[in-house]
Amino acid sequence: MPPAQTPAYNESVVRFGTIMAMFWSIVGMSVGVLIALQLAFPDLNFQGALGEYFTFGRLRPLHTSGVIFAFGGTVLLASSFYVVQRTCRARLFGDPWLPWFVMIGYQLFIVMAAVGYLLGVTQGREYAEPEWFVDLWLTVVWVAYLIVFLGTLIKRSEPHIYVANWFYLAFIVTVAMLHLVNNAAVPVSLLGIKSYSAAAGVQDALIQWWYGHNAVGFFLTAGFLAIMYYFVPKHINRPIYSYRLSIVHFWGLIFLYIWAGPHHLHYTALPDWAQTMGMVFSIMLWMPSWGGMINGIMTLSGSWERLRYDPVLRLMVSALSFYGMSTFEGPLMSIKSVNSLSHYTDWTIGHVHSGALGWVALISFSCIYYLVPALWKRERLYSYQMVNWHFWVSTIGIILYICAMWVSGIMQALMWRAYNEYGFLTYSFAESVAEMHPYYLIRALGGIVFLLGALIMAYNMYRTIQGDVRDEVPVGARKGTKPSRAVPDFMKQAA
Amino acid sequence: MWNLHKVFEKNAIYLLVGSLVVVSIGGLVEIVPLFFVKSTIEKVDGMRPYSPLELAGRNIYIREGCYVCHSQMIRPFKDEVERYGHYSLAAESMYDHPFQWGSKRTGPDLARVGGRYSNEWHVEHLMNPRSVVPESVMPRYAFLQDNELKFDNAAEHLKTLRMVGVPYTDEQVEKAADDLKAQVNPDADSSELLRRYPKAVVGNFDGNPDKLTEMDALVAYLQMLGTLVDFSTYKPEAR
Repeated sequence: MPPAQTPAYNESVVRFGTIMAMFWSIVGMSVGVLIALQLAFPDLNFQGALGEYFTFGRLRPLHTSGVIFAFGGTVLLASSFYVVQRTCRARLFGDPWLPWFVMIGYQLFIVMAAVGYLLGVTQGREYAEPEWFVDLWLTVVWVAYLIVFLGTLIKRSEPHIYVANWFYLAFIVTVAMLHLVNNAAVPVSLLGIKSYSAAAGVQDALIQWWYGHNAVGFFLTAGFLAIMYYFVPKHINRPIYSYRLSIVHFWGLIFLYIWAGPHHLHYTALPDWAQTMGMVFSIMLWMPSWGGMINGIMTLSGSWERLRYDPVLRLMVSALSFYGMSTFEGPLMSIKSVNSLSHYTDWTIGHVHSGALGWVALISFSCIYYLVPALWKRERLYSYQMVNWHFWVSTIGIILYICAMWVSGIMQALMWRAYNEYGFLTYSFAESVAEMHPYYLIRALGGIVFLLGALIMAYNMYRTIQGDVRDEVPVGARKGTKPSRAVPDFMKQAA
Repeated sequence: MWNLHKVFEKNAIYLLVGSLVVVSIGGLVEIVPLFFVKSTIEKVDGMRPYSPLELAGRNIYIREGCYVCHSQMIRPFKDEVERYGHYSLAAESMYDHPFQWGSKRTGPDLARVGGRYSNEWHVEHLMNPRSVVPESVMPRYAFLQDNELKFDNAAEHLKTLRMVGVPYTDEQVEKAADDLKAQVNPDADSSELLRRYPKAVVGNFDGNPDKLTEMDALVAYLQMLGTLVDFSTYKPEAR
């Protein structure tokens, strides 16, 4: 499109968000590495030296919130502001104050939540740990986010609302609903931090997992599918594989996901009818999930040869493949008889990470690799060889992580239910803990390797922003090719 | 048919409302009945709200994120029932704001840990888990023994819980501060406390009678977990 027709977009807020996303990825993953090591070496809880602030129980929410809400959330904010402006050919609604309020306000939410965790300020609800006053602040920010996004859609100068924006909108509105219901609580005093949840026991459990599972479904899936729907076609300069499939899979995904929460409560005191309903809908969810994967991967048909020399595309395709794998594993684990084995074990942790590292992080990395040259008006990245290194290092890290957790999870479960020839339980719980040690080491190694990949990216992006270009042999070039600083052909296409 | 979808593709408000309707259905169908179907929570004898000291301990349990490694939900399997005790009932967490069923067992389930170990064992274990369980990977919680328990506004906590549905009586609210102290003083008359909170475990939990610590509260909470329901009168068919 000639520059004359392009309206002036607010890109400074996207630039800030992109840098913050990289920052939070390193913080969140570093805390993940630390808590992984704590499980292998409990002395790393640092009691005595650093008091009560760095125990596993306080750092674990810091890790989960750090990677999901800080890293993932900031990627979603930044990318949605970028995508909605371009696909609507309109500047952000409320620009510049409202988008900046959303971006800065959200960073403030993260900092308030994180400081709270270290001080022990928590509601004790997984993935919704921030206390009532932090939740109220997030509500204000989120409503502003909805206004910016919806307002931009309404003032668009394109006739159609592009499919990526459906997913962003569904993500924003559903997260608002989940957040409000799950965090309903009464504070003990308006000047105090402590609150008690509105619901109790079994009802509270289902509300929490309705929220928890759809934090996965809408925050970590719908939002990142939106990223896929914009950045994959843009990066390879091809239309999405099937428009009709995107319609069916959009409505199918958002309708079915909401029902799946009870599979987190199989064989608990939740009534059986609710458990069965959760299982049935979780299995059905396989279809729209794979609809998204197929739509993404098939967009490449005719461009497969690009995988030989385009490492950013490798990240995208791996992300979609891990998405397909973990959305196959999820329905499998939601089957009650499988869940009786997998629940409470490391298998769940492995499953989450195949989705979080494999899908969410890899698609986010590829999004950042697209955004940085686009936002800072660079013809190419500093180094594509480094992207290739990042790709391989991340993939190896994920494989180490999830394989270790499969083995330890299934081993734990089998030890817990093992009986000896006299009809007694064979193992004490403590014996199963001892057996986990080697797998916890492998998992920590996987995490360290994955974190290393993020650090390679951060350096590469720093040099790209500086305007540097590395003199290097292009990825996938024949042997003997001379190093150069030329812009790869695929980047010229995308531009 | 595909043309019909254009209304959503061309109108952001329709798309917003359409999405909101579609994502509301599942939650409404699954969650709302739990508040109205009577059989959701079993009829049992013995359930009562937490005593002030137990509640303070529970708040420490939440503050320290114990739920990230310990479940409080025994599933109805032979091995779990043999390892941990009777499977958990919905009624047993009916006063839990929030619930603490957990999702991971890095450590064992705690739903019925009450009465299984002595107070001294718990204190020793919290001070240094590996001194009693060498394989343990749990952090040390020695600072609980040093921290004085701050729960001066116990009555306010009880009142807040009453607002969200826990049936604390006026008397329980009024005597909250007294009950808090009475539960850590085995030498005094605890009949009033036990009348208000049957089966409450009274003791000098942390071994230090001069100071009411966070350790006292947490151990008091752990020692009552899963002990309230009278299973001699519980009939599973009643569900």
